[in-house]
Amino acid sequence: MRKIYLGVLALYLGILSSHAQIGKTVVKDTSNYESRRLKIDEINFVSAYYHQDGNNSAVTGGIGTEKLTDFANTFDLQLSKYSASGKKHTFLFELGIDHYTSASSDKIDPNTISSASMSDNRIYPSLNWTVSNEKTGNAFGITGSYSHEFDYQSVGGGVNLTRVSKNKNTQFDFKAQVFLDKWKVILPVELRPPGYGSGSDREDHSPVDHKPRNSYSTSFSISQVIDTKLQALFIVEPSWQHGLLATKYQRDYFTDGSERVENLPGDRYKLPVAVRFNYFPGDHFIIRTFYRYYLDNWGIRAHTAEIEVPVKLTAFVSVSPFYRYNNQTGTRYFAPYGQHNPADNYYTSDYDLSTLHSNFIGANLRLAPPKGVFGWQHLNTLELRYGHYMRSTGLNSNIITLAMKFK
Amino acid sequence: MKKRARFTWLLCSLLTGTAFSSCQTVKAYQKNKLNDSEMELSARKAQKFEQSFQLYREGGSGANGGKSGGGCGCN
Repeated sequence: MRKIYLGVLALYLGILSSHAQIGKTVVKDTSNYESRRLKIDEINFVSAYYHQDGNNSAVTGGIGTEKLTDFANTFDLQLSKYSASGKKHTFLFELGIDHYTSASSDKIDPNTISSASMSDNRIYPSLNWTVSNEKTGNAFGITGSYSHEFDYQSVGGGVNLTRVSKNKNTQFDFKAQVFLDKWKVILPVELRPPGYGSGSDREDHSPVDHKPRNSYSTSFSISQVIDTKLQALFIVEPSWQHGLLATKYQRDYFTDGSERVENLPGDRYKLPVAVRFNYFPGDHFIIRTFYRYYLDNWGIRAHTAEIEVPVKLTAFVSVSPFYRYNNQTGTRYFAPYGQHNPADNYYTSDYDLSTLHSNFIGANLRLAPPKGVFGWQHLNTLELRYGHYMRSTGLNSNIITLAMKFK
Repeated sequence: MKKRARFTWLLCSLLTGTAFSSCQTVKAYQKNKLNDSEMELSARKAQKFEQSFQLYREGGSGANGGKSGGGCGCN
């Protein structure tokens, strides 16, 4: 009888312990519960100093200094929260501030001490809100953006869609963006009609024209895991620009000695197609490659190839030398200083649109120790990047960038 | 030139098609190399301003995660 009692007691304890197991499982589930409070995912700060020099300024018709400096900074803040239905809401706020000085812009009106666009600040905030369902792999987002310069304003909006496959090896992304821009039409001093202003509020308040420049772009991309060491990305970005696409303070000189302001078609269709392959062959280095083919209806065709080889000095420190080559066939509207045909409808002496090739070489240092950079836990990653750019037209530039990620 | 462009398109499609069609199913636990931060398929954050100046200094642009419109910054 005692054995029976003991058996019943053991059974009862067994049931209790099995309940205890269930109870433990419940505790485990609770630990998987995602907080619905808004939390900071990451903060990024990127700062760059850029300097260029050359002797083919478009403002003076393809001759003269192209000296320019730009100090550019962006700050972005990514926040997220889970809704009651379990969907993740991500908010990405970005603020960019640039300060640049341009020696060629000072030639718009060489008689003044400093003309309208000799130095300027550009400020550009944007906000993206994306809702993603981690169970289905679908995400949908909207973006709003604004940009302000002395002579240029832009208001933008866009949508983005993401679809991730069940095994998470394939990802499809779609993006559509619209930028509605307004440009103050500043003319070279000698080509201003009577009564037309300089564009500078400091000098005079005579009226100037304002023209729209609108951009509509879409982006389709598919990323694919190919094997345990290789993954690829294929991307197509058709876009269309409409409005004032010429820069009206840029001069053009013709074979008959006449001078006019730059004139280019009011529509531009662009079609870049690109592919990236990233390969991790061993423990110490990675090969990152990029290739792009570009064509547009102004006659520009370009090939761009890039290779970067991150070498892992330790698991958390890497140095990545990189090289980029670009080769482009220029627009049919381009001619150098004094070589435009007076009968042409469209003309530019902007060497950015000419036939050229360029080399860009540099290195990227990346620190991402587990205890934080310099022992500061919140500073998750620090990157320092330097690049030297050499263009076949004689333009050279240097850029140094510092990027910090806080978590 | 048209022939060259067509050839480039064909080559790109072939390469990408071949790469994508030879994909393995890689499980989450096999992705330790793919999840390395250096393997990210997007451009580095530190490349942001490089792509921006290249956009202005060269006629071709887009498809690299850089700026594709909005605001001039074009001096």
